[in-house]
Amino acid sequence: MPNYAHPETLVSTDWVAQHASDPNVRIVEVDVDTKAYDEGHVPGAMGWAWNSQLCDTLRRDILPKAQLEQLLGSSGIANDTTVVIYGDNNNWFAAWALWQLKIYGHKDVRLMNGGRKKWLAEGREISTEAPKVAAATYRATGPDNSLRAFLPQVQAALEGGTHALVDVRSPQEFTGEILAPPGLPETCQRGGHIPGARSIPWGKACNDDGTFKSADELQALYGGEGVDGSKPVIAYCRIGERSSHTWYVLKYLLGFDKVINYDGSWTEWGNLVGAPVEKGAVAKANA
Amino acid sequence: MKVEEYQERKTEVAGWPVNLASYRLGSVYHCKADNVSPGAALARTTGSTREEAEQKALDRAGQLLARTQVRAV
Repeated sequence: MPNYAHPETLVSTDWVAQHASDPNVRIVEVDVDTKAYDEGHVPGAMGWAWNSQLCDTLRRDILPKAQLEQLLGSSGIANDTTVVIYGDNNNWFAAWALWQLKIYGHKDVRLMNGGRKKWLAEGREISTEAPKVAAATYRATGPDNSLRAFLPQVQAALEGGTHALVDVRSPQEFTGEILAPPGLPETCQRGGHIPGARSIPWGKACNDDGTFKSADELQALYGGEGVDGSKPVIAYCRIGERSSHTWYVLKYLLGFDKVINYDGSWTEWGNLVGAPVEKGAVAKANA
Repeated sequence: MKVEEYQERKTEVAGWPVNLASYRLGSVYHCKADNVSPGAALARTTGSTREEAEQKALDRAGQLLARTQVRAV
């Protein structure tokens, strides 16, 4: 893996093909489109649904600790299992799942570089059978909320200018021309972005085949917008999954020390009474 | 079962760029349409030919994308 700060958090499709039946490795697919897994998945992979299994379905929150322990245990994942996650849209919700596993202290969790798209494009074997696994006992730690930004922290960061804010949505969501990705329901009352945020769409971190760009390219991309790790970074999007992708890139591929995912994101900020909103494009950093 | 004949192409639907990924699993063609920049999935369809699967995906994508309102900023 090309010069990444933490290459141990990323594996190739070849690696997955070689390790899919390794008893110490559990492959998990997490998609935006929760029907994708049923169409066919990496043989032996478990499927987790982001909207029912990776969140609190009663109140808006990430998965509670006890439920995460139950999910991992029933997936045959023990504390020392190597978990490799992949999914559609270049690993959007795979990164969201990895972020949650890190919050709850799982040591060895990795992404499959290129995600579901690369596996399919390479003409690899897929299966429609869900694997039968022996349940394991899982004990989570945390939650480590240093990886997660809540609203008051974002408000304080805005006021104090203490953090670099990175908006990873599409340019038109950033400017306020549209309120959600094209074709999806509008889920906010106001369009635009948090004042002072830099627009660096998540997809710019990826190559056409879905793999991550090299560390040098990533450094140029974020550094060109003034995001160089010299101050803490808060990433946000609409509901927190695209920003998990950028969080992963900044933390594990570029090795920034302090990166936080604001999962409340625009569905919180853009609905908040009295929250300051900026519309339109902003000048390039350092311009 | 192996993924065969994987292809991607970009097109425009209701004024929005759309990415179509299609492939064959056995005798069935599968197609997924997503909007390009954010990459959100719009439609997942099947057909007995690639053209049929793609057309179904384009039709569904068109219905969804037509609802997207663009505002002046």
